[in-house]
Amino acid sequence: MNDIKGTENKGAVPKDNDEKRVGVFVCECGVNIGGVVNTKAVADYIGTLPGVKVTSVNKFTCSDSGQADIQQKIKEHNLNRVVVAACSPKTHEPTFRACIEQMGLNQYFLEFVNIRDHCSWIHMWEKEKATEKAKDLIRMGVERAKLLEPLQASEVPVTDKALVVGAGVAGMQAALDLADMGFQVYLVEKEPSIGGRMARFDKVFPTNDCSICILGPKMVEVARNKNIKIMSYSEVKAVEGYVGNFNVKVEHKPRYLDIAKCTGCAKCSEACPVEVPYDFNEGFGTRKAIFVPFPQAVPLRAVLDKENCINCKACAKACERGAINYDMQPGFTDLNVGVIIGAVGFKTYDPEPRHDFGYGLYDNIITAMEFERLLNAAGPTGGHVVRPSDCKEPIRVGFVNCVGSRDKATNIYCSGVCCMYTIKNAQLLKEKRPETDHTIMYMDIRTTFRGYEESYNRSRNLGVKFLRGRPVEVKEDPVTKNIKVRVEDTLAGEIRNLEFDLLVLATGIVPNEGINQIQQLLKLSKAADGLLMEAHPKLKPVDTTIDGVFLAGCASGPKDIPYAVSQGSACASRATILLKNKKAITEGITAVVNPDVCVGCGVCIPMCPFQAIKMDEKEGKANVVKALCKGCGTCVTACPTGALEQSHFKNNQILAQVKNVFKFDESVMNKQRSLDSSNQEVAA
Amino acid sequence: MSEEAAKANPAQSGNGWEPNILAFCCNWCSYAGADLAGVSRFQYPPTVRILRVMCSSRVEPSFILKALNDGADGVLVAGCHIGDCHYIDGNKNAEIRINNTKKALAKIGLDKRLRLEWISASEGLRFSEVIRDFTEEIKKLGENPIKEVKK
Repeated sequence: MNDIKGTENKGAVPKDNDEKRVGVFVCECGVNIGGVVNTKAVADYIGTLPGVKVTSVNKFTCSDSGQADIQQKIKEHNLNRVVVAACSPKTHEPTFRACIEQMGLNQYFLEFVNIRDHCSWIHMWEKEKATEKAKDLIRMGVERAKLLEPLQASEVPVTDKALVVGAGVAGMQAALDLADMGFQVYLVEKEPSIGGRMARFDKVFPTNDCSICILGPKMVEVARNKNIKIMSYSEVKAVEGYVGNFNVKVEHKPRYLDIAKCTGCAKCSEACPVEVPYDFNEGFGTRKAIFVPFPQAVPLRAVLDKENCINCKACAKACERGAINYDMQPGFTDLNVGVIIGAVGFKTYDPEPRHDFGYGLYDNIITAMEFERLLNAAGPTGGHVVRPSDCKEPIRVGFVNCVGSRDKATNIYCSGVCCMYTIKNAQLLKEKRPETDHTIMYMDIRTTFRGYEESYNRSRNLGVKFLRGRPVEVKEDPVTKNIKVRVEDTLAGEIRNLEFDLLVLATGIVPNEGINQIQQLLKLSKAADGLLMEAHPKLKPVDTTIDGVFLAGCASGPKDIPYAVSQGSACASRATILLKNKKAITEGITAVVNPDVCVGCGVCIPMCPFQAIKMDEKEGKANVVKALCKGCGTCVTACPTGALEQSHFKNNQILAQVKNVFKFDESVMNKQRSLDSSNQEVAA
Repeated sequence: MSEEAAKANPAQSGNGWEPNILAFCCNWCSYAGADLAGVSRFQYPPTVRILRVMCSSRVEPSFILKALNDGADGVLVAGCHIGDCHYIDGNKNAEIRINNTKKALAKIGLDKRLRLEWISASEGLRFSEVIRDFTEEIKKLGENPIKEVKK
């Protein structure tokens, strides 16, 4: 066993001499642990282990009084190692590290044992076995704690520039806030214009104000801001580095025209003979092969869709400024940034493949997003909602909620926004054409936030009908092309046969391609719903497990606009902590070479995924670059001589746990037997 | 198994022999997956003790041998899914090492007592299923014969 060197911590109060003085603090977590595990019995047993000077049971160890108890016992018993047996280290390790550091102990002298998530919560009906398990887990922790060595967290410099991926409303807000605080921001957007999904909405709930009228000025503000560099029609292709120092490769897809010369006059579009379905209008109406994405686009520049271009060169002739360049190649920019904000957005659920509620089989069934474009004054019909089969304005309109949401066959989660946008859509059409008749078929109406319930009441007062039930059969009348719906009115308890001129499906929020891309580029975690995971669902909602990477908007779960905007601002605020301080604290866990043992074989060098190990040619020894090492330990396992060690996860530290999990030293057993009768003095 | 079933069905206790399983879990995926199993209250047998490492690639074959020598009836190594490794491809190294260790263990008939699984941070249910399944498998194999020899 290695001897443990003295702590290097400033003004260490209890000197770390050879004697290991361990204090064990068992948390009851209210009844979360205490209701299953017999914490008293656990503490009594642990108190018999060699080196354990004191044990203590607290109702809530993380509380002020719990932490004060730890600090007091460190002082009283001159403890130099602390074991906390409580929840998950992911929740409270930083709390207790700070707690013992205040007492002058090195923060890495804390060992955290998980007896809640890994014990009491999953063995709720097996109290005795859970108690035995808790003893085993804590015993492992105590043996490991005795071998812990002091470490210093290191500081890395932070480049005071930010990258925002995705220029929807959340990304734009993050970029604006950071830029207004004086930081350089690169805003990368894969579409030819910034604005995201919100640019396509007609009006937004609950206030029913025009979406582009409130978003447009924001888009212009982004473009005008000197600190923001918009990279539209671009994608992040590679990310290397770590917090404070990310090297990012951005690809600029060719627009086939010189963006500096183009003025967005759209003369090229007028000249272009090719018409294709207009994706901005959800496929309604057409656009040309060369087109300006939409009238309020930022940057207001055309883009040539090479897939549909027939090379007639009509646009080049029409362009007065000679901006067209058919031979344009993709360009690349290398960025160095300190933080990355992912606001990659979402897409709406596509009911076409499964033909949910007859979508794709019958003409007069459309999605809410399509309805939204029809409602829009700048949309394909100039704001007249018409049905696709005969372009007549419908009178009887049905809405089906929860399509692709709250459904075991598709997505089990609630998309959160569909109730409200359906209510809004019905209201808008009813206000435009009072003769229309609207029926919303819902499972539950969820109107969570300010003004939402009022909006729901307003639509009821307008005469929108609400029917609690999910259609069981949707058919088309072959002659009239009307949609016949069979639905159980679950409140009245009767089957209803309804006929609609138009049926609108409220499709939910689902992950888009951008989510997969950014997940792989940045090594983020994805949740079971396919959306990205935050570092903590409640306390760190915009952080990720990767330092310096933050998430805003629907990429990390369905959100409405105010929520997405708040998250954009929250990301900017979190990022500013790093950008302003110009430094980040990184985990002290790294690989360390013992030059006395290293033979310079170089086996470790190709093992490192971060190229953090370099061969010192002069000395013939491997050398770990601390700033690059992320502390995975893969090289340590590969080292044939044992010269490499992973700090905080050294061989002897891990083996101490392995040896003590199911069987432990005879000496421990003997001590336990001898103390069995006289262990009452141990504080509990 | 559905989530409801996992919650409703308490782990088998009985008086029968319960195996000892040591699980090496990587910090980023599998440990978090085990946390999620806890938060979701997915009950599984109290046969497993979790040892946290930063990456599944940190698990040395000697740790596994030591565990089997010192009383473990089974050893589980769990990491992120291939492609999702927090350290890019540490889990690929783990896969190679564990497979080699398995080959060596096969010579003394202990290879079935070592298992490698990929469990993500969102797969709490899967974590509980893996533990159940592995517990059942080890139960069928019986006690680690090394323990008998050592007696």
